[in-house]
Amino acid sequence: MRPAFSVIFFTTASGAGYGLLALLGLAALLGGVPADRGLGVAGLGLALALITAGLLSSTFHLGHPERAWRAFSQWRSSWLSREGVAAVATYLPALAFAAVWVLGGTLSGALGLLSALGAAATVYCTGQIYASLKPIARWHHPLTVPVYLAMALATGGLLALLLLFAFGLPGGWLTLLTLLALPAAWLLKLRWWQETDGAAATSTAGTATGLGRFGDVRLLERPHSGSNYLLDEMVFKVARKHAGRLRRIAVGLGLLLPWLLILGGWLAAPSAGAALLALLAVVSAGAGVVVERWLFFAEAQHTVSLYYGASSTGCAAPQNFELPTRQA
Amino acid sequence: MTSLPATPPAKRLGLVIDLDTCVGCQACVVNCKEWNTGGYPAPLSDLQPYGKDPTGAWLNRVHTFDVGEGADGRTVHFPKSCLHCENAACVTVCPTGASYKRAEDGIVLVDESKCIGCGLCAWACPYGAREMDGTAKVMKKCTLCIDRIYNENLEPEEREPACVATCPSRARHFGDLADPESDVSRLVRERGGYDLMPEMGYAPTNKYLPPRPRGAATVSRACGTKLEDAAPAGGFLGWLDRLLSD
Repeated sequence: MRPAFSVIFFTTASGAGYGLLALLGLAALLGGVPADRGLGVAGLGLALALITAGLLSSTFHLGHPERAWRAFSQWRSSWLSREGVAAVATYLPALAFAAVWVLGGTLSGALGLLSALGAAATVYCTGQIYASLKPIARWHHPLTVPVYLAMALATGGLLALLLLFAFGLPGGWLTLLTLLALPAAWLLKLRWWQETDGAAATSTAGTATGLGRFGDVRLLERPHSGSNYLLDEMVFKVARKHAGRLRRIAVGLGLLLPWLLILGGWLAAPSAGAALLALLAVVSAGAGVVVERWLFFAEAQHTVSLYYGASSTGCAAPQNFELPTRQA
Repeated sequence: MTSLPATPPAKRLGLVIDLDTCVGCQACVVNCKEWNTGGYPAPLSDLQPYGKDPTGAWLNRVHTFDVGEGADGRTVHFPKSCLHCENAACVTVCPTGASYKRAEDGIVLVDESKCIGCGLCAWACPYGAREMDGTAKVMKKCTLCIDRIYNENLEPEEREPACVATCPSRARHFGDLADPESDVSRLVRERGGYDLMPEMGYAPTNKYLPPRPRGAATVSRACGTKLEDAAPAGGFLGWLDRLLSD
């Protein structure tokens, strides 16, 4: 699948934003953040800015962004529509939560909880968009949604710690949560990689053409000499060559480095040094998640590639089969 | 409304494609493009048609496969367009209601005025039946030529999809697959018509007829079996027979 930058940015930014919103909401309910107005402005401002930037970015890959409002109508059947509805609905408690905190100077546990539930529902819908697509075997996996949720929580936790340390506050239980959520998210991701790498192909060129009964099915000629929308959009395979190295980079930047930085920040907090360490952790984890999302798309094979000479194992196509490269 | 019809459509219009007789001439591909770039889903645009990297939206494409090895090997031309599935996920994933399946005849269509061009329906289709139009920025797909099959301005015998009408080897058949007595249903029964990727569970309406087994006659000719004398009585014809038999 072609990794569209707008979608990678959307899921990374809004995922972290929803994670931060959910954790601030839970912290308002359970205790963990003071009712400091500056913290409210910075925290909810950052969360809502990331969410909004992500949502706007996701409309950039639409052919007709001016019709995006129509996407709220089909929530009965479509996870993409449900995601849109959940995203907009979450603004209501989130803005009320922010208003009560920033203008009223009080923490509303009820509004915080509603915001957290809305954030979780939205990220759940995002994961389901991918997990519900049967033609992409790697995505159609029970761990796809948990990975999206866990990544949002872990990156949101890093942002929450950055805020607390920047305001000269101790991280409290949020530190412990983040130090646990980060490895938990990446363990889920490693498990997802392991299981989707080893999964037996459900569809092959034999079942795609129904000709498997006559023997091995190999592409002799493509329908045309040039590229097409299907090849550009769904038969992307550039990054597979570097997949192994990119996975190690993703784990290093997304898990190992930020975990150590946050551990250091915990020991140094409250201090300016702790805030700096947390900032580095956020930047590193963000880069790690972007690489992870890139691979999520680039490594995913769509069944349509079976009609264009790909083998069901995702291995390289025959020598005489070469995808034309085309400028965007 | 992107929910599928509550009750299965009374009619299931679709195509039956004969992989035994398709010669891969691409006439169906061209006639599809020609009709549809002026018909219901118009335009069906091409980008840089005369440039370095021409691309374009096509609703029907013919792939060619090598199948099997050695003497059992064969070349199969394989036309592919929308299969108008019963469980059309391209319809249910659509966030706007642009993609829909008609309750009356099962045809899957796109209301282009509602399409936001998100591309999710193309991801949801295992068969690669949908293509984004590079100019209109909306999703295009086979309409089963709804502007031909119900078109009362056309002669009754012309009311079939453009690809079917143009096929020179009669490899494409159009009809109602819900009616067990229709010609297409009979063909499917007699020739063992099958679904593509049944494991996906999309229940496609279109069916494919497998290549026929190699006939015994073909084998005996290939083996060079000696034929009888053309004129055993001799005479002029016998002389001619000996001459031509060298």
